[in-house]
Amino acid sequence: MAKIYSNTQELNPKQETINFILNYSKALSLVTYNEMEFETILN
Amino acid sequence: MKKEHVLDSTLVSQYIRGEEQALETLITRHKQKIYSFIYSKVYDKDVAEDIFQDAFIKVIRTLRRGKYNEEGKFLPWVMRISHNLVIDYFRKSNRMPKFDNTGEFSIFSVLSDTSLNAEKQIIKDQVQTDVRRLVDELPEDQKEVLLLRIYNDMSFKEISERTGVSINTALGRMRYALINLRKVIDKNQIVLTTD
Repeated sequence: MAKIYSNTQELNPKQETINFILNYSKALSLVTYNEMEFETILN
Repeated sequence: MKKEHVLDSTLVSQYIRGEEQALETLITRHKQKIYSFIYSKVYDKDVAEDIFQDAFIKVIRTLRRGKYNEEGKFLPWVMRISHNLVIDYFRKSNRMPKFDNTGEFSIFSVLSDTSLNAEKQIIKDQVQTDVRRLVDELPEDQKEVLLLRIYNDMSFKEISERTGVSINTALGRMRYALINLRKVIDKNQIVLTTD
């Protein structure tokens, strides 16, 4: 089994997906008001 | 090389403080493990990308809300989120089975073209002509009832009104028409099927 695992090729997500996540993180804005949380996506 | 020595927990704290670069480092550091884990379960690159993305969206939202408290256990935590999303994906896909033609299974082995091919169409036309000729050989009263019932799709009540005979007489004529047709067919050994 160990051999099978070691032979598997390296799998990585597309750069596009990673960029999307990073942009999402930058755009996400959390506003807290009276113990309520509001999520806003700033384009 | 220097950033490789920064602990995950430090990067998480930096990210919560607003340093976006820390998230990029975390993703770069763990993307291969997380993506491979998801791919090993779903065996579909596009689905794996989607789940990877959803997992990090959850990570981001949890970190931003300050609800993350597993210091030093960043990777197992993301793995757990990914695992749950994989389960969600299989639950959803079980409810809605997807058919594609990429694998060995082909949808066309289940669905077939039900319209007749040229040969069968000719045979069908021939059979219909034969039946029509046999009907023409019937006595006039039986032929009339049969034509009204089968070709005009009238009820026996309508036939009795049209021909001025009782419903029972119309039914009887239909019965004799069919008996006579069968007799002729059997006698002459006429084949009236397309198969």
